[in-house]
Amino acid sequence: MSITTASQTIGPYWHLLPFEGWNDLTRFGATGDVITITGRITDGTGAAAGDCCVEIWQPRPEVENFDGFGRAATDKDGGFSFTTLRPEPVPGVHGRLGNVQQAPHVGLTIMARGLMKALQTRIYFEGDAGHDQDPVLNLIEDPARRATLVAKKTGAAAYHLDIVLQGAGETVFFAI
Amino acid sequence: MSDLRAFRPLVPGTQPEYDADVYGSTKFRAPKQQLLQVPTSLTEATGPQFSPSRYPSIIDISKVESGEAQGQRIVVEGQVTDEDGRPVPHTMIEIWQANSTGRYHHDGDQHDAPLDPHFQGAGRVFTDENGMYRYISIKPGAYPWRNHHNAWRPNHIHYSLFGPGFATRLITQMYFDGDPLLKYDPIYMCIADAGSRERLVAGFDLDLTMPEWALGYRFNIVLRGRNATPFEDSNDHGDH
Ligand SMILES: [Fe+3]
Repeated sequence: MSITTASQTIGPYWHLLPFEGWNDLTRFGATGDVITITGRITDGTGAAAGDCCVEIWQPRPEVENFDGFGRAATDKDGGFSFTTLRPEPVPGVHGRLGNVQQAPHVGLTIMARGLMKALQTRIYFEGDAGHDQDPVLNLIEDPARRATLVAKKTGAAAYHLDIVLQGAGETVFFAI
Repeated sequence: MSDLRAFRPLVPGTQPEYDADVYGSTKFRAPKQQLLQVPTSLTEATGPQFSPSRYPSIIDISKVESGEAQGQRIVVEGQVTDEDGRPVPHTMIEIWQANSTGRYHHDGDQHDAPLDPHFQGAGRVFTDENGMYRYISIKPGAYPWRNHHNAWRPNHIHYSLFGPGFATRLITQMYFDGDPLLKYDPIYMCIADAGSRERLVAGFDLDLTMPEWALGYRFNIVLRGRNATPFEDSNDHGDH
């Protein structure tokens, strides 16, 4: 068996990669229930993490011209934003967790200077049904920590999540 | 139909830790809480798929329309496989790097070395059906950074790969054989396993080298392999 290639930090100069417009997941012409997701990333001192590469992935909805992928850079204030289609519930997980459908969510990857490996987590959406039964949210016992994955509803189709890399209020990050 | 099998856990020691004292920027960014072990579902087992029609290839970054970049031209070739040695076909690889003087074409890079008007420093290639990729560039220069006194990054090219699933996302760096700076570089050295470090070093390859044109380097990449079981619930193991 071969061993997976080691991860290295994305560093401070990853912006050389193309990403302009990639934070709009409808950029190839997908239509549907459009939502915006904004976020803000801070570090263990409370300072804005202004050089992060943030990516989202959502396998649902399955509609034409929607590849479920977006990339954004955090700005000086640590902020990022995505325009996407409202995610749909996805099939559950077999085994002890039961095959319960998962509440709508997007997968989130954060890469940055100072992160030797990508951080992965999910964004759920305030007001959606199914959070109480969701097999991943239910792995987190502390309600305060569970809440770090749920974006606040800030408008009819707008959501916002504060992400804390380290320390008080630290976001729950995943080993997948 | 998507492949829904879970990815195998990574071999301990073969990946860097988040918290690395020698690399100062990790101090306030590395999470302190243990990561939550999450079972694989559709969201983790699948991932974005890219096609050259929407993400056009940029194979030769050793020149722009107005002229050729300064420096040693190189051709880099390699294979992307999974842990079982199976090729990862049609996957997107993004690369970016400093120019031959060790300066990035980036506003944040204030290193006192000349920019090259003929070098932008970012490319994008796709593996073929056998997992093979190839691009043309110039050898990047070493550059100073402020991690510690007299800190210099070894020559390196940054890599970004997606692979078949959300769980296979990989950011890494390719280094060059024989670079004297490697053993002083915290980013390279903070991988505990020596073999895993050495696999980040591209080997010079005379067969890839193109007469009177470019030096050849080979750099293979391994992405995570899959388990046998679909939608595996990792919490089912070991406790009953
Ligand atoms: Fe670099």
